[in-house]
Amino acid sequence: MIEPTLILQLPHPQLPPSTGVFLIATVIKMIVIFTIYMVGVAYSTFAERRVSAWIQDRHGPNRVGPQGILQVAADGIKNIMKEETYPSYVSKALFVLAPGIAFVPAMMTWAVIPFGAPLPTLWGRIDLVVADLPVGFLFTLAISSLGVYGIVLAGWASNNKYALLGGLRSSAQMVSYEIAMGMSTVCVLLLAGNVSLNEVVQQQAQMGWNAFLLSVAAFIFLIAAFAETNRVPFDLPEAESELIAGYHTEYSAMKFSMFPISEYANMITASAMMATLFFGGWDIPFTKWDNTGDATVLKALLTFGAFATKVILFVLFYIWIRWTLPRFRYDQLMSLGWKVLLPMALVYVIVIAATVLALDMAGIARGPMFGAILFALNAVLMGGILFVLDKGRLISPAYSRLDRSRVERLRAMATGRSHLAGRGTGA
Amino acid sequence: MIGQEVLPLFFTFHFYLFGLVALVGAIIFVTRKSPVAAAMWLVVVMFALAALYVMIGAEFIGMMQVLVYAGAIMVVFLFVVMLLNLGHPSELGDMRGRFGRIAAGFVGLGLVAQLLALSRNALTPELVLPVGAALPAVDQPGGIIGPVAAPLFNEYLLAFELTSVLLLVAIVGAVVLAKKRSA
Repeated sequence: MIEPTLILQLPHPQLPPSTGVFLIATVIKMIVIFTIYMVGVAYSTFAERRVSAWIQDRHGPNRVGPQGILQVAADGIKNIMKEETYPSYVSKALFVLAPGIAFVPAMMTWAVIPFGAPLPTLWGRIDLVVADLPVGFLFTLAISSLGVYGIVLAGWASNNKYALLGGLRSSAQMVSYEIAMGMSTVCVLLLAGNVSLNEVVQQQAQMGWNAFLLSVAAFIFLIAAFAETNRVPFDLPEAESELIAGYHTEYSAMKFSMFPISEYANMITASAMMATLFFGGWDIPFTKWDNTGDATVLKALLTFGAFATKVILFVLFYIWIRWTLPRFRYDQLMSLGWKVLLPMALVYVIVIAATVLALDMAGIARGPMFGAILFALNAVLMGGILFVLDKGRLISPAYSRLDRSRVERLRAMATGRSHLAGRGTGA
Repeated sequence: MIGQEVLPLFFTFHFYLFGLVALVGAIIFVTRKSPVAAAMWLVVVMFALAALYVMIGAEFIGMMQVLVYAGAIMVVFLFVVMLLNLGHPSELGDMRGRFGRIAAGFVGLGLVAQLLALSRNALTPELVLPVGAALPAVDQPGGIIGPVAAPLFNEYLLAFELTSVLLLVAIVGAVVLAKKRSA
C-alpha cells in the first residue's frame, strides 16, 4: 500500500497529503501529543500544589530545582522506588489492571480533539488532529463513559469495605452526571449540525463561541465535567472524612500514583472538551484571520497557542475550585444531578431547538445576527437560573431542615461562645 | 480521511482480529464463575463488537455500542453485582441439575445447526465487507449522522415515538416498583 513514490511526491502545501504521508504524520502527531499530554499531566500536579499553596498563603514545593520545577521528577522517582503492597484476598488481576484502566480513556479522547489550524508542509496540508473521525464528538462521549471502570474495579478488587463504597459511589455518580452532560451537548450539536469536532469549531468561529450562545449548556457541562472527573466538590468516591481514601485505600507506590495521574489526565481532557465545545477550540477570539484563507505555519502555531491557553486556564479553574469549595453531601450530589441538572438540560434542549427552528423559519442566516439573538436569550435564561440558585432553595444548607427557633438558639449559643473565647484571649 | 478503499487489507485484518477477540471473549465470559470477571469479559465482547461495526463502516452504530452497552448498561450491571455482594463463586453456578444441562445442550446444538444452515444459504455473499460503501456519507451536510437521522425522523417517526413511549413506560414502572418497596 505505501509505495516510496507516494512519499517522495511533493503535492501542493494546501492540499491533503498522500496516504503514506498521512500515516507518517499521524504517527508523529500521536508521539507529539502523547509527550505534551504527559508533561502537562505531570505539571498540573505541580500546579495544583503551587496554586493551592498560593491560595492558602503558603510556599508549596519550591526546593527541587528553581521554584521547585523539578519536584515532578522527584515525585516520580519516589513513587517508583516505593514498596508495592498487595493486601490479602485481593482479586490480583483486576487490582493491577484498574489503575491502567482509569488512565487510558482520558488519553484516548485526545485522538479526536482538534488542537490547531491545518499546518502546511512540503508534503501537503496536515490537519492538527490525530484522527478526524466523522463521529468525533460521539467518540469522546463513548470513551469518557468508560472512565468509571478503573475506579469501580479498583474499589471492588481491593477487598476493602471503604474501597468498595468508593467504587459504588463513583459508578452511581458518573452514570448520573453523564446523562446531564450528554444532554447539555445536544444543543451544541444542534447548532453545529454535525458531530465532527472540526465542524463544531468552525461553527463557533462563524457565529461566536458557544459559551455565549449556549451559556446554560456550558454551565451544565462544566458542573457535570467536575463530577465526571471526581474533582472537588464532587470527590465523594475518595471522601477522606468518610471513606479513609475511598477506592484507592489499599493502593501503594506507583499503582496509587496512577490514580492521581489519571485524575489530572481526565481534568486536562475535560478542559480540552470545554475549550472545544464551548470556547471556540483553536479559534482566536476577535479575529477572522485565523479561520479564513490559506493555511500558514504561523496560523497553525498561533491557533495551537490559543487552544493551549484555553486548556491551561480551565485546568487552573479546576484547581481554584478545589481549594475554594467544600465537598457536597452524597444526597445533595444525587439531587443536584437528577433533580436540577437533568431537567434543566432537557428543558434547555427544547428551548434551543425551538429557537433555532424559529430563527431558521424567519430566514435569519447562520452568522453574527443569529448568534446575537441566541446570546440575548441565554443572557436572560442564565440570569434567571443564577437568581433561582442563589435563593438557597435547590441545594439547601444542612440547617434548613431544623426548626427556625432551634437555629436561632444554636446561633445565639455560637455567638455567646465566641464572645467568651474572645474575652479569654484578651485577658 | 483515510478510508476502506485506500487500505482494504488493514480493515479486513482488523475485522477478523476483532471478530476473534469477540468470540474468545464470549467463550471466557460464559465460563467465568465470578460475576465481576464475567461482566468485565462481556465488556470486552461489547468493545470488540463496536470495533467490528466501525470496521464495516458503521461508525455511528459502533459508537452507540460503546456508549450504551459498555458505558452505561455494563456499569449498572457491575453496580448491581457489587451492591448485592453475591456469595462465593462456587455457589453461583447457573447449571441447575441434570435436566438443566441436557436442555442447555439441546438449545446449543439447535443454535449451531441454525448457524450452519444460515452459512449454506444465499445470505453469505451479503456478509462480505461492503468496502468503501459508507464513506460518501461523511461529505453530506449532516455528516455521518444525517443518513441515520433523516429516515428516523421522517419515514419511521411513528415507530420512533412509540419506542420512546415504551422506554417511558419502563422508567415509570421502575419508579413505581422502587417506591412500593421503600414504603
